[in-house]
Amino acid sequence: MSLWSRIVNAVRSEQLSREIAEEMESHIAEAVEHGRDPDEARRALGRSYEQRQQRESSYEIRTLGWLELLRADVLFGWKQLKRNKVTSIVAILSLALAMGACIGAFRLMDALLWRPLPVANAERLYAISREAFTPEGKLVRSDIWPYPSFSLMRDAVKDQAELLAVSTADRRDLTYGSDAEMEKANVQYVSGAMFQAFGLKPALGRLLVEDDDRTPGSHPYAVLSYDYWTQRFGHDPQIVGKTLRIGKDIYEITGVVNEPFTGTEPGTMTDLFLPAMMHPAVTRSDVGWVRPLVLVKQGTTLEPLRQKLSATSRAFDEERIKGFSSADKKSLRWILDVTLLIQPAGAGVSNLQDEYRKALSILGVLVAMVLLIACANVANLKMAQSAMRSREMALRVAIGAGRGRLVQMLLVENAMLAVLAAGLGALFAWQSAPLVVSMIQSSDTPVRLLLYTDWRVLGFGVALVFCVLLLFGVLPALRASAVKPVSALKGGDDDPNSRRRLMHGLIAAQVAFCFLVIFMSGLFVRTFESLSHKPLGFSPENLLLLDVVTPQGQLPVVWDQIADKLRSVPGVERVAIASSPLLSGAAWNNFVSVGGAAPSSIAAYLLAISPGWSETMKIPLLDGRDFRSGDATPGQAIVNQSFVKTFLDGKNPIGKTFQEEENHFQVVGLIADAPYGNLRDPIVPVAYIPFHEVNAQGVAQLETQETFLVRTSGSDPLALASVLRKTIPQARAGFRVTDLRTQSDLVRAQTVRERLLAMLAAFFSFVALLLAAIGLYGVLSYSVQQREREFGIRIAVGARVADIAWQATSRILLMVMMGAVIGAALGIASVRYVETLLYGVKGSDPLMLTGPALALLAIALLSALPVIVRASRIDPKIMLRAE
Amino acid sequence: MKKPDALQGTLDLLVLKILSRRPRTHGYGIMAAVKDCSDELLRVEEGSLYPALYRMEEAGWIRAEWIKKDTGRRARVYELTAAGKKQLGIEESRWQSASSAINQVLRTV
Repeated sequence: MSLWSRIVNAVRSEQLSREIAEEMESHIAEAVEHGRDPDEARRALGRSYEQRQQRESSYEIRTLGWLELLRADVLFGWKQLKRNKVTSIVAILSLALAMGACIGAFRLMDALLWRPLPVANAERLYAISREAFTPEGKLVRSDIWPYPSFSLMRDAVKDQAELLAVSTADRRDLTYGSDAEMEKANVQYVSGAMFQAFGLKPALGRLLVEDDDRTPGSHPYAVLSYDYWTQRFGHDPQIVGKTLRIGKDIYEITGVVNEPFTGTEPGTMTDLFLPAMMHPAVTRSDVGWVRPLVLVKQGTTLEPLRQKLSATSRAFDEERIKGFSSADKKSLRWILDVTLLIQPAGAGVSNLQDEYRKALSILGVLVAMVLLIACANVANLKMAQSAMRSREMALRVAIGAGRGRLVQMLLVENAMLAVLAAGLGALFAWQSAPLVVSMIQSSDTPVRLLLYTDWRVLGFGVALVFCVLLLFGVLPALRASAVKPVSALKGGDDDPNSRRRLMHGLIAAQVAFCFLVIFMSGLFVRTFESLSHKPLGFSPENLLLLDVVTPQGQLPVVWDQIADKLRSVPGVERVAIASSPLLSGAAWNNFVSVGGAAPSSIAAYLLAISPGWSETMKIPLLDGRDFRSGDATPGQAIVNQSFVKTFLDGKNPIGKTFQEEENHFQVVGLIADAPYGNLRDPIVPVAYIPFHEVNAQGVAQLETQETFLVRTSGSDPLALASVLRKTIPQARAGFRVTDLRTQSDLVRAQTVRERLLAMLAAFFSFVALLLAAIGLYGVLSYSVQQREREFGIRIAVGARVADIAWQATSRILLMVMMGAVIGAALGIASVRYVETLLYGVKGSDPLMLTGPALALLAIALLSALPVIVRASRIDPKIMLRAE
Repeated sequence: MKKPDALQGTLDLLVLKILSRRPRTHGYGIMAAVKDCSDELLRVEEGSLYPALYRMEEAGWIRAEWIKKDTGRRARVYELTAAGKKQLGIEESRWQSASSAINQVLRTV
C-alpha cells in the first residue's frame, strides 16, 4: 500500500474501521453459508477483546500510525487550547507580537544589509574604504576616490581583480523635453564594464560596455532600470534612441537593464545608469566621487591585493599633495597616514547601510530579547497550566501511556500555539516593516527598500517557530510528562517546589531582559530628546526653503529682483538668499589664513548669503553690521562666535582680515553660533560671505543656483508653497524651483534615526513590561493557588493578612529584584556597544538605571495586587471543610 | 490457548500460492482452500489470516478489491500483484531448500 493511501487512510479512519468490520461480517456470513454455526464462526474471529485487538492491528497496518496519532493529538490539543481560552489567547498574542517583531526586523535587516545583490559573483564583490585620524584625533572614514586615482588602482591590480567605478545614486534634475518639464530621477555613474562583470542582460536595447570607459565626456549614453522603465514609461518599447538632458549634456537611451538589478545601493533604486566617463569630475584629481567595487578573481588572496591598492592610492595622494601650496604640510600628513580597508560588499554599499547598520542590529537584539521574554512568559503559563493537569497526566501514565507519548501530545499542543502565533506575527511583520521604512525617509531622500517575502524570510520564520517551541514548549512538556502517578493521583503535585523553582528562575530571567530593554530604550529616548531639544541658535518654524536654478546663470541683481518679488507675496514676512540651507548636509570648507599668517590647520566653513539672511534665520547679530547690497565676495564677511574663538583668540573681530585661497575678506559683523551641517557635531567656525561674487576685475559673476529662504507669517508655511513655486518663473523666465521644503523638515531629518530608535525601543519596552506583568501575575496566582490550604491553616491559627501577603509574594519579589540586578549589570556591560548612537546621555548615569527599576517595581506590585487580595480573602472554614 | 497455526512462517507462502491458483478469493475462501487442499491437516485461524492479509497488502504483494456477490452482499477479494508473484517464487524456493535440508538431516543422523 502506498504511503499516500496510508496518509489518506489516516484521515478517513472511520471509513477504514467500517470497511474492516464489513469484511469481518462478510467472512462470518460466508462461514454460515458453508454450514458453520454463526456463534462459532464469530468466536473463531476471536473473542470481543481479541477481535478488537485484531481489528486494531489490522487497522494500524493500513494507516500511518504516527500520523493518526498526530491527528488525534492535534484535535485534542485544539480542544485544550480552546478550554483554556484566556491563557491560549495571551500566549498566542504575546508570542505573535514578539515573533512578528522578529520577522519584521529580519526583513528589514535582510533587505538592507544581507541580501546579496542580484548579480553574478556577488560573493566575490568587495568594497574599499580608507580610515585615518584627523589632527584633532577624530577617526574619519571615506569610501570615495577621485577617478584618476581609481584608474591607477584599477590598472595596478588588473591581474587579481576587476575594479568597477560606481558613484552614489543621486537625485538629479533632468528632462525628456523642454526645461518646463524638469523632473527628478536617481542617477548613478558606473563603469561601462560593470554590466558585463555582473552578468546582467538587457531587457531592451544594449547595456553599457567596456568601450564606454574610454574617453572623458564622449559617451553620452544612458541605461534605464527596469523599474524606472515600468513606472515612468509604462514599458514603452520605443524608448531606445530617445534622448534626455542632464545639465548641459544630452544623453541617448541605449537600453533597459533587466530585473531585478536596481543599482548597487540598497535603500535607493537607481533609475538611470550613465557611463563614469560622463561624470563632470571624471578628470579631476581633487574631487572624490568614485566608490570602487572590487570584483576579486577566483583564487586571489585579499591581503596582497589590499596592500597593492593601498600603495597605489598613497602614491597618488603623495603626488597630489605636492601641489598644495597654501596649507601647512604637517597638517596634511594625516591624509597620507590612512589605512585602506577591504570588506565584503555582496549586499551592495550604501550610506543607508552605514547609518542604520548599528541601529538595526540593536533593534534586532531588542526584539530578540522581547521574544525571550515572551517565551519565558508562555513557558510559565504552560507550566502553571500543566500543574492543573497533573491529574490528567497521571491518569494517562496509569493506564499505560509512555512518556514519549505524553511529550508528543504536549509538544503538538505547544507547536499549535507557536504556529498560530507565527501566522499572526507574519501578518504583523508584513504590515510593520514597510511602516518602519516609511519612518526612515525624509522628503528629499526617498528610501525605497524592496522588502521581499520569499524562501529566506519563510526559512527564518520556520526556524523561529522551532526556536520558540524549543524555548517555551519543550521544558514544560518534559516537566509535565514526568509526573509520578501515585503522588499526583493522591491529590498532590509530585514536586511543587521544583516546579516553582523553575518558574521563579524564568521570572528572574524575564525581568532581567525586561530591565535591559527598558534601559536601552531609556537611553534612546533621552538621546532623541537631547538632540531634538538642542538649542538651534535659529528659528526653523515658518521657514520655507526653495532651491532654484537657472541653467544659463544670472547676475546677482536678478536674483535680488526675484527675492523682492517674493517679498510682495501676501503672507511672506522676510526673504533671503543663501548658497545652501543650514543642516542640509551641503558643506563648503577650506583652510583660512588670518591676518596674513600661515594657513590654519583647522578648516573654516563658508556659506554665501544675501543681506538680511541672519534676520530671516533669526540668528542674533552680536556686533558690527549686516551685509549691504554693495558688499561682495571677495570683500566683506560676517563670522560666528566659534570663528572668533578658533582663529582670533576671542578678540573683537570687527575690522580683522582673513584669506581663503586667493580671496581676501574683512570682517564687518559677528553673529551668534548656529549648527552648520549636522546637529550632533560641535558648532564649527563659519565665515558668512556675500553671494554677490565678483572677479578680479570687479565684474559680477553669473549664479546658476541658490536657495531662497522665505519666512511666512501663517502657522503653516507650506500653505504658501504653490503660490511661491509659481511666482518664481513668473518673476523671471528661465528660473525654476527644483525643490521645496521647510527648515523644520531639515531639522527633523537630522533626528530621523534617533526618533526611529526611540519610538521602536519605547514600543518594545512597553511590550516587555506588559509581558512581564502577565508573567508575574500568572506565577503569583499559581503559587497562591498551590498554597491555598497552607494559607487557610495559617489564617486559622491567627496569621494576619499582611503576613499572608508577604508569604505569597516575598519570594517572587526577591526574584524580581534579582532579575533587575542582573539586568542592570547586563545594561552597564552592554552600554559601550551603543555609545556611538547616543547623544547627550551617559549609560553610567544612575538616573538611567533607576527608571527601569522603578517601572519594574511598579509592575510587580500591580500584578501582585489581585493575588494578594485573593490570598487575604481565603476563608479558612471553607478551605478546611473542603479538605 | 489456540492451537498453533499452519507451520510457522509458511502462512504467507500458502496464501500466495492459493491466490496464484485461485485469484480473486476472499478471506474465507483462502481459509477453506488451505483446509481442503491439505486434507484438513493444516488450518489457518482467522485471527492470523486477516492481519497477514493486510500486511501482505501493505507490502504490495497482493491487492484487494470489493466485489458485489450474487447474494447482494459486498465481499473483499484478493489477488496477486507482480511483486506478489515474485515473492511467491522466493518463498517457494526457500521452502524447498529448507525442507530438503531437513530431510537430509533426518536421513543422515
